[in-house]
Amino acid sequence: MTAIPLEHVLLVAAGLFGLGLVGVLVRRNLLFMLVSVEVMLNAAGLAFVAAGASRWQADGQVMFLFVLTVAAAEVSVGLALLLQVRRRLGTVDADVARRLGG
Amino acid sequence: MGSIALLLLVALPLAGFVVLGLAGKRLRPAAVAVIGAGSVGLAALDALGLLVRFLLEPPEARVIRQTLWVWLDTGELHPRLSLLLDPLALVMALVVTGVGFLIHLYSIGFMRGEEGNGRFFAQMNLFVASMLVLVLADDLFFLYLGWEGVGLSSYLLIGFWWRDEKNGRAARKAFIVTRIGDAAMAVGLFVLFQGLGTLQISEVAARATAAWRVGAGPAVLASALLFAGAAGKSAQLPLQTWLPDAMAGPTPVSALIHAATMVTAGVYLIARMHALFELAPDVLAAVAVVGAVTMLLAGLSAIAQRDIKRVLAYSTMSQIGMMFLALGVGAWSAAIFHLVVHAFFKALLFLSAGVVILALDHEHDLFRMGGLRKELPLAFWTFAIAGASLAGLPLVTAGFYSKDLILWEAWASSRGGPLLGAAGIFGALVTSLYVGRVILLAFFGERRTVASVRPGRVLAIPLVVLAGLSLVGGLVELPPTLGHAPSFSWFLEPSLPAATAAGRRSDMAILQGLTSLASLSGILLAYLGFLRHRRADEELPLVGPGVTGILASGFGFDALYDLCVVRPLTRIARANSADALDRIFEGLAALVGLTHRALCRTQTGRLRTYAAAMVVGTVVIVGIAVLR
Repeated sequence: MTAIPLEHVLLVAAGLFGLGLVGVLVRRNLLFMLVSVEVMLNAAGLAFVAAGASRWQADGQVMFLFVLTVAAAEVSVGLALLLQVRRRLGTVDADVARRLGG
Repeated sequence: MGSIALLLLVALPLAGFVVLGLAGKRLRPAAVAVIGAGSVGLAALDALGLLVRFLLEPPEARVIRQTLWVWLDTGELHPRLSLLLDPLALVMALVVTGVGFLIHLYSIGFMRGEEGNGRFFAQMNLFVASMLVLVLADDLFFLYLGWEGVGLSSYLLIGFWWRDEKNGRAARKAFIVTRIGDAAMAVGLFVLFQGLGTLQISEVAARATAAWRVGAGPAVLASALLFAGAAGKSAQLPLQTWLPDAMAGPTPVSALIHAATMVTAGVYLIARMHALFELAPDVLAAVAVVGAVTMLLAGLSAIAQRDIKRVLAYSTMSQIGMMFLALGVGAWSAAIFHLVVHAFFKALLFLSAGVVILALDHEHDLFRMGGLRKELPLAFWTFAIAGASLAGLPLVTAGFYSKDLILWEAWASSRGGPLLGAAGIFGALVTSLYVGRVILLAFFGERRTVASVRPGRVLAIPLVVLAGLSLVGGLVELPPTLGHAPSFSWFLEPSLPAATAAGRRSDMAILQGLTSLASLSGILLAYLGFLRHRRADEELPLVGPGVTGILASGFGFDALYDLCVVRPLTRIARANSADALDRIFEGLAALVGLTHRALCRTQTGRLRTYAAAMVVGTVVIVGIAVLR
């Protein structure tokens, strides 16, 4: 079995990351912004796993477990906040929720 | 034993101040009076006890030193709170506590029913305590504490009736004008410390004579600065303007300021530092000239005053000027002798004037008095006795002996001369002229107002005691022509060197005749000018309204200072009321505000801009890290 070169995997990860980033920046729906953050997290996880595999070490996979945990926590808090925003403002549009404006 | 008595001398009035200051409002008026006058009375008894002790000992042993504690202990500077009792300090302490006690006693009657009695006696006690610190200090640092304490308490007491804004202004004027002198004195102390490395009085004298020649720069500088301080406190030219306005305080306060405390401090300081001043003959000459000029100007001003207390104020300036004249010619003990006698008769003049003022319901104007001789016999007789003593009526009054001694020294001592002597004799003439005028205007002639209050016993006792002292107080020092018993100078000999005047006894007799003639002719002139030809009130006979106005304003010094100092300063202050330096700090504040507003703009509350900012930030930081 021929190994996939590290560069290719990293390129895929960077692409995923960029997609997520663009999603966060351009979407106004908070739910889609959360999904985009998930995509970015998983892009980072993919990069960890690929880097770990290329050196025959388990550290990358361990890091991915951490990323998963963080992602789970982030999603639960994020979704709770999303529900609150929806309940109070009647919308999930991030540009409408700008009460912190100076 | 002696040291405890010495400590008590200062501690008693101070304790009175503390008790009355803390609890004065809650105590009954009788208790306030007992504590206020009692503390000073006990101190006076204490001082008398110390006098007896000193007299029983040989002259060399007449000194008590006591160090209470070291105030600071830094490097070379060890100012100590230490007391020194020598004959000079004891004489001063006797005057301060003795005359002070009589004035306190009088105040009980004078201030009866006044609001703020406790405050009054507390401040009076503080005044006496500060003055005692001043005269008993063994360290110039400690002396300066008393010096400032005297300034503070005079400020408080002159402004005692603070509801009238005029009194507050007089109090501030006294404080600020004397402060000019105080600042000079502080600098003088720095000069002394820099040159000699000590501020202990006896050490300063010893080291100064060892280290500096006669006329050496630092000695001249230090003594000139100390002289400026003394001139401020003693109301001598050019810092004399505060004293006439200081009359705004209650009459016992004026008596205390003029007789026992405050204005005599300058005389005491110069006498105490005489060893230093002898190293600076030019400064001593200046002391004599300033004293003589002040004596004449103030005496002439006194002739034209309408307010009975202002006459007495100018009289004090004039008499202190005479003491400065004596100091300037090296007649140290004569100056202190006149200080003591002056304390007696000037306190008496103020206290009996106070009786008149009280009887006429706070009337100060001489031209509304008149004919009070029959109505207020006690006030008349005591005022007349004190006035006679001030005028130096020959032989029978104390003032004659002290004044005569000064004039003799001014004439015959090596530092004096005919000019200073003649100035002194002319001063004596002027003195008896204004004294005669006051007595004639207030007590003779037709009656113009009706006395409403007669003095009670509390007021009478101090008057009688002081009248006795004003008459016989001079007998402690008899000149060679009249029995030759200079026991006062002998007593002061350990502190102050003997006078230098050398002259024949016949000259002295001639001078005494001249002085007597001057004082008698002054009274005659007053009689001719103010009783025989009593004319339109304000104007003085012979000289016309213009000169009268100049004299009445004290030669226009107030107007001059107003023009030269006060108005330019207020103008500068107003021009700079938006402080130029403040602009820098205002600019800083404005910059901070601007930044604040700019940064506020970035806080849009939009989640997506924040995210974008984070991305840009991260890219920049990573970019920097990679490219370096």
